[in-house]
Amino acid sequence: MERIPILKMGRVLLVTIQVDMHDRLAMTLQDDLTERIVQDRAHGVLIDISSLEIVDSFMGRMIANIAGMARVLDAETVVVGMRPAVAITLVELGMTLSGVKTALNMDTAMAMLMASFADKEHFNGGSQG
Amino acid sequence: MAEQESKVAQLLKKHEQDVLQKWLSYQMSSMTWRADLMKESDLREQSREFLQLFIEVSQQSGPGADAAAWKSAKEMLAEVSRSRAMQGFSPSETAMFVFSLKQPLFDTLRRELNDVEELSREVWSTTTLLDKLGLYTVEAYQQSRESVIARQQQELLELSTPVVQLWDHIVALPLIGTLDSARTQVVMERLLEKVVQTGASIAIIDITGVPTVDTLVAQHLLKTVAAARLMGADCIISGIRPQIAQTIVHLGVNLADVITKATLADAFAVALQRTGARVTRVGVKE
Repeated sequence: MERIPILKMGRVLLVTIQVDMHDRLAMTLQDDLTERIVQDRAHGVLIDISSLEIVDSFMGRMIANIAGMARVLDAETVVVGMRPAVAITLVELGMTLSGVKTALNMDTAMAMLMASFADKEHFNGGSQG
Repeated sequence: MAEQESKVAQLLKKHEQDVLQKWLSYQMSSMTWRADLMKESDLREQSREFLQLFIEVSQQSGPGADAAAWKSAKEMLAEVSRSRAMQGFSPSETAMFVFSLKQPLFDTLRRELNDVEELSREVWSTTTLLDKLGLYTVEAYQQSRESVIARQQQELLELSTPVVQLWDHIVALPLIGTLDSARTQVVMERLLEKVVQTGASIAIIDITGVPTVDTLVAQHLLKTVAAARLMGADCIISGIRPQIAQTIVHLGVNLADVITKATLADAFAVALQRTGARVTRVGVKE
């Protein structure tokens, strides 16, 4: 069965969506990702959608859902590299993904996650590591 | 009918040079002649061509007018109207090109036809024909003017939305003029493309040049801000004039989620701070 690969980089999971998402694929991704967050004790999720050209309300909701699930599992989600056309479409659909962090490219997304990890560590008195 | 119609054509053919001369002198002496916009030789050429086409049309016309002759006459008139619209003639000045043919034409008819009955019939049919052609000229004139307006609108749309880069990772969009849906779409696309191009993390939307902000404009602004945020760029709205601040609050528009600043300078300062840059004075003793 077709699957979207999930890569691990330190405490961050990297998901690159390169194919058109259909319902089954999205459900599988949600299952796999939640599983992996727990298994790998990840604290960050990067979803790269820079090669996604077509988006619909289902796709928007799925991204919001994944972010919500990850937050419950104490991982932060950053959506990376959304194309202008996709952004305009989502706004026109009324989905502003208000709970999700966004970044223009991988560099800034990584920097954002690292900054928030540093905050967390500071808050927890450096107990993580 | 066909026989009567060709009477005009016959007379015209016979007196073509004479009618043409009179027509030309009449056109150039009339109030609507614009010597500043058009050369005499061009006018002579156009008049000669039209007169020939008119003879053809009146020869073959009748209620079941011949399509080919009509078509070439119409094409010619459309070309004349287009060129005159470009040269800056007014609609009546353009239409007079056709209507001014009446006088020399009727003079000839009056001279040549002695029977009152026949004369009035000929005058009537010629008038109808010329009126039709004249109205077509005005129509063509208007169409070409409208196409000019449409092109200018398009150009205005493209000109009025420059996105400028202020600093590393900071772009600004100075908005000028009223925002409608079509413009918002263009503005949004331009801004987002520029964000991708420059890798900007902060976009400043300056609305100093926007005369009024109503709920629709505010909604368009918020859409743009939301789209930029989805791409990972924060937006600052600046240049909010006192009256506009009052209007926004009175309308109940919620700009709470957006950073707003009174001037572009304030917005730029925030943007610099966010990107970790700082402006300091160097080597200047006060």
